[in-house]
Amino acid sequence: MRKVSEIVEFCQGLCEDLTFAAAREWKDAEPGRKVVGYMPVYVPRELIHAGGMLPLGILGGGDNLEVIHGDAYYQSYICRIPRSTVELAVTKRLDFVDGMLFPSICDVIRNLSGMWKMMFPEVYTRYFDVPQNYEDEIGGKYYQHELMELKQGLEGVCGRKIGDDDIRRSIDLYNENRRLVNAVYDFRTKEPWKAPSWEVYLLIRAGMVLPVEAHSQLIEEYLDAAEAEDRPMRDNCRIILQGSFCEQPPLNLIKSIELAGCYIVDDDYMLVTRWLLKDVPSDGDPIRNLAQAFIKHSTETAAKYEPDGARKGKYLIDAVRTRAAEGVIFAAPSFCDPALLDRPMLANALARENISYISFKYAENSGQMQPIREQAGTFADTIKLWGEA
Amino acid sequence: MSTATERDEVVKEPSMLKQKEMIADNYDRLTRAKELGLKVSSTYVPGNLNELVMCFDMLNNLPEINAIQNGMRKKSGGLIMDAEKMGHSEDVCTYVKADIGNMAKGAIAPNGKPMPVPDLLLLSYTGCFTFMKWFELLRDQYGCRTVMLHVPYEGDGKITQNMRDYVVKQIKEEVIPTFEEVSGIKFDIDRLRENLRKSAEAEDNFVWVLESAKNRPSPIDAYFGGVFYIGPIFTAFRGTQDAVDYYAILRKEIEGRLAAGEGPVTPEGDMTEEKYRLVVEGPPNWTSFRDFWKMFYDEGAVVVASTYTKVGGVYDYDGFRHDPDRPLESLADYCLGCYTNRNLPTRVDMIEGYIDQYQADGFLVNSIKSCNSFSAGQLMMMREVEKRTGKPAAFIETDLVDPRYFSPANVKNRLESYFQMIEQKRRGGGPPARAA
Ligand code: SF4
Ligand code: SF4
Repeated sequence: MRKVSEIVEFCQGLCEDLTFAAAREWKDAEPGRKVVGYMPVYVPRELIHAGGMLPLGILGGGDNLEVIHGDAYYQSYICRIPRSTVELAVTKRLDFVDGMLFPSICDVIRNLSGMWKMMFPEVYTRYFDVPQNYEDEIGGKYYQHELMELKQGLEGVCGRKIGDDDIRRSIDLYNENRRLVNAVYDFRTKEPWKAPSWEVYLLIRAGMVLPVEAHSQLIEEYLDAAEAEDRPMRDNCRIILQGSFCEQPPLNLIKSIELAGCYIVDDDYMLVTRWLLKDVPSDGDPIRNLAQAFIKHSTETAAKYEPDGARKGKYLIDAVRTRAAEGVIFAAPSFCDPALLDRPMLANALARENISYISFKYAENSGQMQPIREQAGTFADTIKLWGEA
Repeated sequence: MSTATERDEVVKEPSMLKQKEMIADNYDRLTRAKELGLKVSSTYVPGNLNELVMCFDMLNNLPEINAIQNGMRKKSGGLIMDAEKMGHSEDVCTYVKADIGNMAKGAIAPNGKPMPVPDLLLLSYTGCFTFMKWFELLRDQYGCRTVMLHVPYEGDGKITQNMRDYVVKQIKEEVIPTFEEVSGIKFDIDRLRENLRKSAEAEDNFVWVLESAKNRPSPIDAYFGGVFYIGPIFTAFRGTQDAVDYYAILRKEIEGRLAAGEGPVTPEGDMTEEKYRLVVEGPPNWTSFRDFWKMFYDEGAVVVASTYTKVGGVYDYDGFRHDPDRPLESLADYCLGCYTNRNLPTRVDMIEGYIDQYQADGFLVNSIKSCNSFSAGQLMMMREVEKRTGKPAAFIETDLVDPRYFSPANVKNRLESYFQMIEQKRRGGGPPARAA
């Protein structure tokens, strides 16, 4: 059995590898294999997998990528993830990617889908729209059709029909993966000192590159190793990190928050892994099942419309309760419309429940951690001293 | 989109007076809605369902227009800072903050009276993600009834039957029943058909006016002047007899200008010499609208086509008209086809077409800090258009209603060097350079 540190080192290697060697290796292992990239916040990876393809999460370039060309594509007042993603593409780091999906999350990613079409006409590129209407007969029907269209598009990439049984098998595998990801989150909630957030982050992030089967195995291995390891419990407060669902913070930022005295007991990183809140049934019509799961049982985030004003922010308050958190840190990328427009409403909802919060912004290449450490440290001290900030 | 007040100090043409009257009357009715027993719905310009709203005898209040009004009256800067003090990020759309700041101050209409609290928020989510959050924010403040019309994005550059069906179903099963409930009036499809017929009539004349810019000299400025021409068709008047009359009057005026070989009207009188013909992408700046315009007409630059005048509906590119024979479907197609709901390749094709058909000398992007919907991708669009047309392009950056992001000296410098570049190009001076 590998030790926690070995597993984490492996995950960090995957996360920092801007050549995507693991995905390339997977592709080269058998002729005819295809890779389909996707951006945050949600795509039904089951359909890609069902076509025998590798879904590859593209989350920007992080803090190690020097953006040279990407800046020529974006004004200074646009967040960083699209420019570093363009950088990855124009420097041919994504030249092995056969398809790209751009989910409906904001106008930046939306417009990037059109740029991709112009820049890489040979790549299957789809803006993946999802309904903001959650009625079976309206949004449900629309979404089912969209999934069918996506399936047809993906069939064009993998060169074969994607059968219902293929999708059912993939649904099972992703159900298992989601259960395991949730198990990691639950484990961290219970004993956060045994599963530091930067480790959990890297572990889940590995699932953006690895095939789902390998990722599930890795999670199991980590859970066993982390359980077995004796780690000291610190006098940290427990917080939820909110707003980081798209452009990723540097790893150092996550570490800094923890070093400043905060256990992160929930977050919204890589929501694609936990988007669906229940298992998707694998019997019956698989497309309908995926659509139903989205309509009825998907997570809340800024990219979704909340039809009921009274429920706005409730999911965050519920998370505070179930994770026994003592406060919320809003950490959003600079210029991130969805996160920053949502924040005042979520903050109001928290204030009504007397839940403390602080806010700051970051970029994926933020270098200066001192101010964040100080802010998080003061927040932690205040919570510990007064029970509220 | 605004009143004609900025211009009528100098020239008062009948169309301007007509529009001014229409707007004043509309604000009067809005601010007296309670007294008149009228219900009010708030909705956005792109994807607005004015013809449908009128079927329920309700008034349409448009938050962007209020933000523009405050921008032109130089009040938006303070309102935006108020909203930022209330916890709204400096990074997000300034329309939203100007609106929220205005609400905190009692939502005063341009006639000095308070706006009514809407009875219904009709969230037409077309072409811009921010709209969705904006209405969640308004709902948070007003606590009033909200109905959402989600309009999918034309990711592949076309409207699929699935998209159309989805929008129609929402209109039928959610929007109409909600309006019936709030207004107490039963939906009458014949009334809708009649409104749509009037829309189409006005739209024909509107397109004629836009296309008059194909002439040399152009009798209109399709950006700075264009924002006045789109006023009625983009806002609370589409589908009314007033709008039909307005566009008929406007067309007649432009026909007159054409016959006389006149250029566009500017705040300082007629433009005499047309030196540069431009296509412009992006919304204008409102806080220094007049100064901004002056930088163009002083140099003899006229905008012959603009994408901003397509943001509340594209009527020229593929000939869309509201259609009384397909009432709900044509409402759906209208929403789906608004400019920023079209993908980037389509936007580039559209601009390329304008440059060719309107014999433009160049392409200018006014990139708006607030607006990711327009701005994300514009640098690439610019290069692509330049590559395809061989015309010089330039890029300037301003904001809609935040005066902090309008730097007159910078913009002026850039424009001046851009005009020189066009001159150079005319004289055969090398490949297209860029003033950005
Ligand atoms: S960081 Fe925010 S604004 Fe930027 S692409 Fe992601 S969701 Fe959109
Ligand atoms: S982001 Fe752009 S389109 Fe959206 S509300 Fe603001 S100005 Fe309008």
